[in-house]
Parts: sequence; structure tokens; C-alpha cells
Amino acid sequence: MLRYTFQRIVLALAIVFFAISALYTVMITLPGDPTTVLLGPRATAEIRADFRERMGLDNPVYVQIAQFWGRILTGDMGTDFNRNRPVAEAVLNALPHTMALVFGAIFWSATLGILLGAFSADNRGSWLDRISGVLSVAFIAAPSFVVALYSLLVFSVWLRWFPTIGAGEPGDIMSRLYHLALPSFAIGLAWVGYVARIVRASMLEALGENYIRTARAFGLPRRTVIYNYALRVAILPAVQVLGVGIGGMLSSAVFAEIVFSRPGLGSLIYDSVSGRNYPVVMGSMLVAIGFFVTCALIADLINAALDPRHRSKA
Amino acid sequence: MTAALQIDDLTVHYATREGALQALRDVSITVPEGKIVGVVGESGCGKSTLINALLQLLPENATLPAGRITLEGEDVTHASTRRLRQMRGQEMSVIFQDPMTSLNPVLSIGRQMRDIQYRQPGNRTEKDRRSANMLGRVGIPDPVGKLSAYPHELSGGMRQRVAIAMAALMRPRVLIADEPTTALDATLEVQIIELLKEIQREIGCAILFISHHLGVIAELCDRVVVMYAGVAVEEGPVEDVFLRPGHPYTIKLIECDPGRLKVRVADLPSIPGSLPDLTDPPAGCIFQDRCERATEICATPPPRAPQRPGHWAACHHSGPEGS
Repeated sequence: MLRYTFQRIVLALAIVFFAISALYTVMITLPGDPTTVLLGPRATAEIRADFRERMGLDNPVYVQIAQFWGRILTGDMGTDFNRNRPVAEAVLNALPHTMALVFGAIFWSATLGILLGAFSADNRGSWLDRISGVLSVAFIAAPSFVVALYSLLVFSVWLRWFPTIGAGEPGDIMSRLYHLALPSFAIGLAWVGYVARIVRASMLEALGENYIRTARAFGLPRRTVIYNYALRVAILPAVQVLGVGIGGMLSSAVFAEIVFSRPGLGSLIYDSVSGRNYPVVMGSMLVAIGFFVTCALIADLINAALDPRHRSKA
Repeated sequence: MTAALQIDDLTVHYATREGALQALRDVSITVPEGKIVGVVGESGCGKSTLINALLQLLPENATLPAGRITLEGEDVTHASTRRLRQMRGQEMSVIFQDPMTSLNPVLSIGRQMRDIQYRQPGNRTEKDRRSANMLGRVGIPDPVGKLSAYPHELSGGMRQRVAIAMAALMRPRVLIADEPTTALDATLEVQIIELLKEIQREIGCAILFISHHLGVIAELCDRVVVMYAGVAVEEGPVEDVFLRPGHPYTIKLIECDPGRLKVRVADLPSIPGSLPDLTDPPAGCIFQDRCERATEICATPPPRAPQRPGHWAACHHSGPEGS
């Protein structure tokens, strides 16, 4: 288990390194120059050159990447030159909001998805199973910003059950959760569909296995057989999918944070990309990718904890 | 004296697109208290259907047009779901064929053995002690430690011992063994057979032993039932049936047993032809299409021709040479 964890961590670090380096290259080659955006159209060539030099933008890309990693390793994420604050401060202020949003979405998709999937498999072929199948596909197909807009319209504007904008009062946990419910639901809904489909399929597979026949042959109650013996095996692929799905949820978070006017990594990335605010883009992307890789790692470890075969194989 | 397990004229049909598939037809088997009865037959003879019918775990498309199964005088075929669940694992339990897939891979051995005892009084410690005790009795080293092991951490032979321990745990009156040695290699086979004999002596249960392996049946059983295409074609004491088979199918089956070949042959012997279509079985004898002795009379249902005391063969031309 220890060796397995170590291997996974090394792999995770490598993924972060390559992803960020590739991203840096792509960003540098984007059209549009930070000097134009920041200094305005009337800046002289000397001012621009001076700024480039100060920012290290005149170096070749690989040198810039090396410098970037050098700074990161010393704990310096650079300065947000739009607002003149450390990037770390901006990112660390935004991160908890996005984490809450993503974990909220995982909460919705895991609970609703597993329930829906297990229920469908248990009542295979019934009209409830068919309805849940259609719903799942609809959930997957609906783009999250559409879900976000409509849920805002229905639950906040018409029904007035949930607040429309913001992330709630700082320090008031209930207010935070209250503001979180709708955006996390909007992001999680598509994953409810995925998880339900996966759990249903793997549940049906598990129910056909010999060990389920054994459990029934020993007179275990139906509930134990289905929700313990079969579901224990059936949720494994769903955990894996949710771990990877955090990447998708992070990109949906960009929309949700804009639609619901929430602070967070998504809106920070959006603003900084449109402002060519490179240090903030890189800082927030680094944290976003790091967050994603960490979550995928945690999903792997959860899977290993749930599946003893997984543990000793590695 | 009531038999431990009595199967009377059991008939099972599966609804298929081609019509009703007659998986079992008028099968009658009696397993007396404390005896071991073997059921032998090739693939497709209805062994699995028989087990599922005994446990009342038949798939949804199965129907039971006729027959009765009684466990120590109690009707199983008409028992309530609740009563059935009580019987399974407590009064009648099964050792399944493939130990690699019949244990749950994500639950520990101890957990699975504890779950079987969910109806029993006592706390976790007591149940674990009972499980470990039984694991020790089936010859598993370090039984207490093995409670926290997962199935994949054990070898095939060990897993089958665990399966036997699970089946014997509640000291059932009837143990059904579904080819428990087929997935194991020959040396383990002998050990498992010995173990089954021991367990049988110890808890005094009756065993219905299902196998296609004639040698194992001969070694273990008191009586044997030969099945072909869902029909019991011959029944009698093991030695009698194997030494003086009466039904042409049994004769062929014994001839085809590779274990009795003394010289090396290029082609292993086999019975020409294939199983009849069970959605439209032939009138009369089920084996007539592949039988060398078949005549016109075989289109009528064969009688249970007595061979020796307690030994019959369902054939018009039974006997060593035919008649």
C-alpha cells in the first residue's frame, strides 16, 4: 500500500510538471501581449522593452519555464500586476470557494448517482428504470452553464428558494452552504447521470457474479445482498470516474462561478486570461491542476482502500 | 424414516423464444440421512438447474410445472420466501464449483462468514470464534489470522476449504456439493474429498454430490444417480452401477471415462451425436437418437427396469448385453 501510494504521488508530480510547462508554452504563444493590455496603446517602445525585461518575457520560452519553476520552488508565485498583490494571495483566496463548489458537486453526483444507479439495477426493466435511464442521459447531455442558468431562473428567480449570487457571509457556515447548493448542483448534475449509468451497469454485472449466488444461497437478506455484496463492488468504477471527473467539474466551475457571481478559481482564471495577466493565469492554473491531480490521487487511494485486490496488485 | 432430502418427479421448464425448454423431467432423487448420493452427468444434463431448484433460486424465466422437494419432511417448493431464507445456509447449504469466483472479492473471509450467521445470537467475537473454529477444522493454518484475509490472498485449494467451512458452519442437515473439485488439480482433489468425508462424519449431514467425474463419485458416494438431458436414467448403489451398468448411456459414459484407459490411444472415446433439443425432446426414451440398442419400442416411455436390489435403469433394453 505504501509503495503504491508513493508511485502514485511521483506520477502525480510528473503530471503537474508537464501540464504546467505545456500550458506556459501555449499561453506565451497566445496572440495579444501583456504590455499592450497593461501599459495601454500609448506606451513607447522603450517602456515596453523595459517591462518585458523586468517580467523576463524577452527570454526564450524554455528559460522562462525554468525561471517559473525556480520561483515556484522558492514559494514565490509572482505578482498580480493588475492589482499589485501577490498571486498566492489571489489564488489562495479563490481556492476554498472552488474546492467547496467541486466537493459539493461530488456530493450531489455521488449520492444521487449511486442511489439512482443502484435503484435502476435493482428494478431492472421497470418503467422507473427506464425513466432514470432517460433522465441520466439528459443530465449528461445538458451543458452545465445551461443547467446553471435554468436552475438560477427556476429556483432563485421564480421560486425564490435559493439566493441568486455570491458565496454567502464569511464565517457563517449555513449561509455558505445555502449559497453553495444551487451552483454545486448545476455542476454535479451531469455527473449524476454518468455515475448512475456506470453504477447501474457494474451493478448488473456484479449481480450476475457467482459470489452473489453464494450470498443468496446462504440465505442473506436481499437488502444485504444488493446494497452490500453487489454495491460494494459496483461503486468502484464510479469512484474512479469521479476522480477524473473533477477535471470536468473544474471547467464547469468557470461557468458556474460566472453565472452565480461567485469568487473562485474559475472566475479568477477567466478574468486573468482575458486580461493577459500571465502570473495570475499560471498561478491559478498551477493550483487548479494540482487540485485536480490530488483529487485523482485521492480517488485512486479510496479505490485501493475499497478494493483489496487493487491494494496487493500494485 | 424420512429422508434428509427427497426430490419427487421434479420438472423444471425455462421459457425461451423457441418455447419451453425442459431442463428437468420427472427427476426423483432420495438422499437418506447421513448418506452421500452422487449425481453424475455431462454438461447440459440439468445439474445446475437441479441445484438452483433445490435452493429455490431459479431464474425468473423458470417454472416448476410438477414435482416436490422436501427437506426432512418439510416442503421446500411451497415454502414462504422467509422460511426459504432461513433454510438456506442453515439447514441446506452449498459448496459451489469455482472457489475463485464464489467468494466476494471485496469482503474479508471473516466478514463473509459472519454474515452467514446473521440470524444467530451472539456478538461479533463469538461469531468470529465459531468461524475460526470451523476454518481450523477444514485444515486451514492460522484460522484466526485468515479471518481478516481476502479471497484473492488464498490459493484455490484454500479457498475451496473456506467454501466448505462456510457451508458446514451452521451444521446443515443437507450439504449440496456442486463439482467442488473440478476447478482444482488432482492432488488437491483427493484432499478435498477426504475433507468432505470427515465433515460429513462430524456433522452427520447428508450430501448430494454433483460431478461429472466418475472416479470422485465412486470414491465418495453411497448411491449414484445418472442423469442425461434432464432425465434420471439410472440409479443404484455406486459399485453396482459402475460395475454392472444397466442403461446404455451409463455404459457409454463409463467407457468414455479417460481414467479407465490403460493404453495410450490417439482419440479419446466419445459418444457419437449430441444432446437432444430440449425444447422439443423425442417421445419415449431421451437417449434413443444416440443409442446403439434403439428399436421402435424406444419411442414409448421406458420403464424403470430393475437390475439388482435398489438399482434400476430407465430403458427398454437394459442390462449388460441388452435384451
